[in-house]
Amino acid sequence: MISKFILGMSWMLPDQASSYAPEVDNLYLFLVGLTVFFTALIGIAILFFFVKYRRKVHTGIPKQIEGSIILESAWSIIPFIICLFIFAWGVKIYLEQYTIPNDAQDIYVVGKQWMWKFQHPEGQREINELHIPVGKKIRFVMATEDVIHSFYIPAFRMKEDIVPGPNRYTTVWAEPTMTGTFHIFCAEYCGTSHSGMIGWVTVMSDKDYAAWLAGGAGEGSMADRGAALFQSLGCITCHKPDAQGQCPRLEGKYGIEESVHTMSSPDIFKVLVDDSYIRESVLSPQAKVVAGYQPIMPSFQGQVSEEQLQSIIAYIKSIGPAASANAAAKPGTPAPAAARPQIMTTGSANPIAPQSEKAQSNPLQGHDELHYKKP
Amino acid sequence: MNGEPLNYLNNGHGIRSWLLTKDHKRIAILYLISVAFFFSVGGVYALLIRINLLTPGGVFEPDTYNRIFTTHGVIMVFLFLVPAVPAILGNFLLPIMIGAKDLAFPKINLLSWYCYVFAGIFLVVAIVAGGVDTGWTFYTPYSTSYSNSNVLLAGIGIFIAGFSSILTGINFIVTVHTMRAPGMTWFRLPLFIWAHYATALVIMLGTPVLAITVSLMALERVAHVGIFDPAMGGDPVLFQHMFWFYSHPAVYIMVLPAMGVVSELIANMSRKNIFGYKFVAMSSLAIAVFGFLVWGHHLFVATQSVYLGIIFSFLSYAVAIPSAIKVFNWTATLFRGSISYDTPMLYALGFIFLFLIGGLTGLFLAALGIDVHVTDTYFVIAHFHYVMVGGSLMGFLGGMHLWWGKMTGRMYPEFWARAATIVQFVGFNLTFFPQFILGYLGMPRRYAAYPPEFQTLHVLSTAGASILGFGVAMTIFYFIWSLKYGKRAPADPWGAPGLEWRIPSPPPTENFTELPVVTWEAYEFASVPELKEAEAAASNG
Repeated sequence: MISKFILGMSWMLPDQASSYAPEVDNLYLFLVGLTVFFTALIGIAILFFFVKYRRKVHTGIPKQIEGSIILESAWSIIPFIICLFIFAWGVKIYLEQYTIPNDAQDIYVVGKQWMWKFQHPEGQREINELHIPVGKKIRFVMATEDVIHSFYIPAFRMKEDIVPGPNRYTTVWAEPTMTGTFHIFCAEYCGTSHSGMIGWVTVMSDKDYAAWLAGGAGEGSMADRGAALFQSLGCITCHKPDAQGQCPRLEGKYGIEESVHTMSSPDIFKVLVDDSYIRESVLSPQAKVVAGYQPIMPSFQGQVSEEQLQSIIAYIKSIGPAASANAAAKPGTPAPAAARPQIMTTGSANPIAPQSEKAQSNPLQGHDELHYKKP
Repeated sequence: MNGEPLNYLNNGHGIRSWLLTKDHKRIAILYLISVAFFFSVGGVYALLIRINLLTPGGVFEPDTYNRIFTTHGVIMVFLFLVPAVPAILGNFLLPIMIGAKDLAFPKINLLSWYCYVFAGIFLVVAIVAGGVDTGWTFYTPYSTSYSNSNVLLAGIGIFIAGFSSILTGINFIVTVHTMRAPGMTWFRLPLFIWAHYATALVIMLGTPVLAITVSLMALERVAHVGIFDPAMGGDPVLFQHMFWFYSHPAVYIMVLPAMGVVSELIANMSRKNIFGYKFVAMSSLAIAVFGFLVWGHHLFVATQSVYLGIIFSFLSYAVAIPSAIKVFNWTATLFRGSISYDTPMLYALGFIFLFLIGGLTGLFLAALGIDVHVTDTYFVIAHFHYVMVGGSLMGFLGGMHLWWGKMTGRMYPEFWARAATIVQFVGFNLTFFPQFILGYLGMPRRYAAYPPEFQTLHVLSTAGASILGFGVAMTIFYFIWSLKYGKRAPADPWGAPGLEWRIPSPPPTENFTELPVVTWEAYEFASVPELKEAEAAASNG
């Protein structure tokens, strides 16, 4: 409400385009007010003393004042209480920003020098452009191919670093509340074209989004691509669906707890089979071995791209316990390629195309002024 | 001989008498010259940054720009902000203020300057040989596996610069403990000394961690040992923890000594003892201790645990309180003072105002929910420039004006100095205030190019930087001018009670002809003979 009241100050606030953006702004404007108040308080006091006690009229040695316990206590305790209040308010917002709702739908994000790649579970792939529906909670499942990047959408007041490492995905979420086109920035310095690692997120109405989705499923869903990879990478030779393989069967595993042990200790513990665990199991399979199986799986580090890995996860998710419920959500009929101009079409239709986007990387992108104009 | 009495400046001539000196005052002058040189280099790079950002497309190639902002950061942090106040003003004044002939280890003091020079040489070579493009933060894995620039040379430079400050820190701690004159009790120490003592503690405990961090980074870059490399089981975020474990306390290395200077400026220019002396002294120590517990607030979006984030946010608010106490006490000191409008006081006011805004915007950044939005944007840039430039630089320049006569024997020109102070103040605010707005609007830091809607604010900022640069150039110019044409400085131009004002300007080589015995409190203006005589004359008349 406060922020609505001060909408005249919109030149100092970016669009409020996510569910938690107004809360961030309210705390921000409260702190702006606090800053103005204390700056004015100290400023006026100093100015008053400066005029009243200037040396010209206030000569000689002034009467000395040692201090005052009461005043010292007051200006220690009052700021501390104010700080506690701000602290608690900041924590409240932070917990909201970093507690991912269960009903969020996934968008897969890969950062690499110097571009953003996005995959929709329905199959669409985009580069430096992202289309999402308004009013839906979106979970961003993020990985980097090289250095640390940071996924930042100012209009959502949302930012999270993407740290390289085999053992987890970084996730963050937002619920867009207004349609429009907003900046995507990389906020963590990542080399030459850091300032070119930018893009646009287009928030669309449900209807427009559905139409947009329908226009781009030529390659099949992520799960379909994952299923193809599952074959071509040979996963299926061990992870057989009939439980006859040497490895655990993966049907119905996503989202449940699995009994595992590490290589250094036979102690069994439970781990949740989620995106991060599957990622770790593909890239460093010996980190957490499923109880009762031999640690025979080789690492796929370097053999599978981040996007392929995300597709494999989408596949394993699609054969998870909720598979039947999700089946209906799969996209409809594919549209001809020419009808989907906003979708990344540079990669080959073959899902096994590691690093095929490399040629797209333009180190001088940051100097292309036009790139910053809205599409 | 021109009849001048023997002092530290004319006692010994020739380059050898300077380069092999063990006199803390001469070493301070060596530091002054070299720090001023690197400050000017860093300043030129700052202007290059601002020139690039005049247009959304940028003026320089991105690779060039990345080297420019890295150079600006590395030079300003390691070769200006860290050594400026302690190595120049601290070196010169700390022994005199406590009534000692020199620092405890004069040769180590000289070694510290040589470390600084060698660090400078390594960094200059790194810059000339193609530059460094990692940012002054050297985050892995970019610095260890991806950057093609001179990361190693710069790392070696920073490693050596660290030893320069460690050696100064040892000297200060030992000197304050063992060499105080008779009667100079701990609570008679000027607050300048308390601040430097607290700073020395931070230097001693923090800087070795910087040396370790930089060494590990170099080892990783050369030998790929896997400490920070995730492909080998390492963790890039570990580097950030180690880096900020030094670099956050380093912020207090940069600002605490300036706070000590400001206490001297305000007391001496208003002829009042600092309100709540013990609170101000203890707040320096509190800042030094709490400063070590807040490094994680640089990692709120770096995949650190949410609960760690909450703890670090809380501790960051705890460290805000001692800083607030200082500001309130300085303000209260002015109450019923006899306030001079001379330049040192103008700098003190500039410091309070800018540090206040710097500190209050720190509350924004410590608030988790806001930090997520503004971290790694221009909001952070504006915040730390308000603290570092508005705080440390203003404190340093204020101190240089207060003690310029003591150091050189000549007074600076008052009119030009007041004018320069005001120009700097206006230029500074015009440079950095728009950056708060830019940051909240989402402008990320370290961008060679930016969306066109941010241009107006960037142009304002560049205009301010030009004014600020002009103001600083004025100060450098009239300081040099005054060496020859300035009025001769009396022993005590301000009517101040400190020990340094009871010896000639410039001081003799061993400071005191006879061991001083201190019988007065830190800011006891009734102990100043001239003030007392004037008082008596006034009451008789």
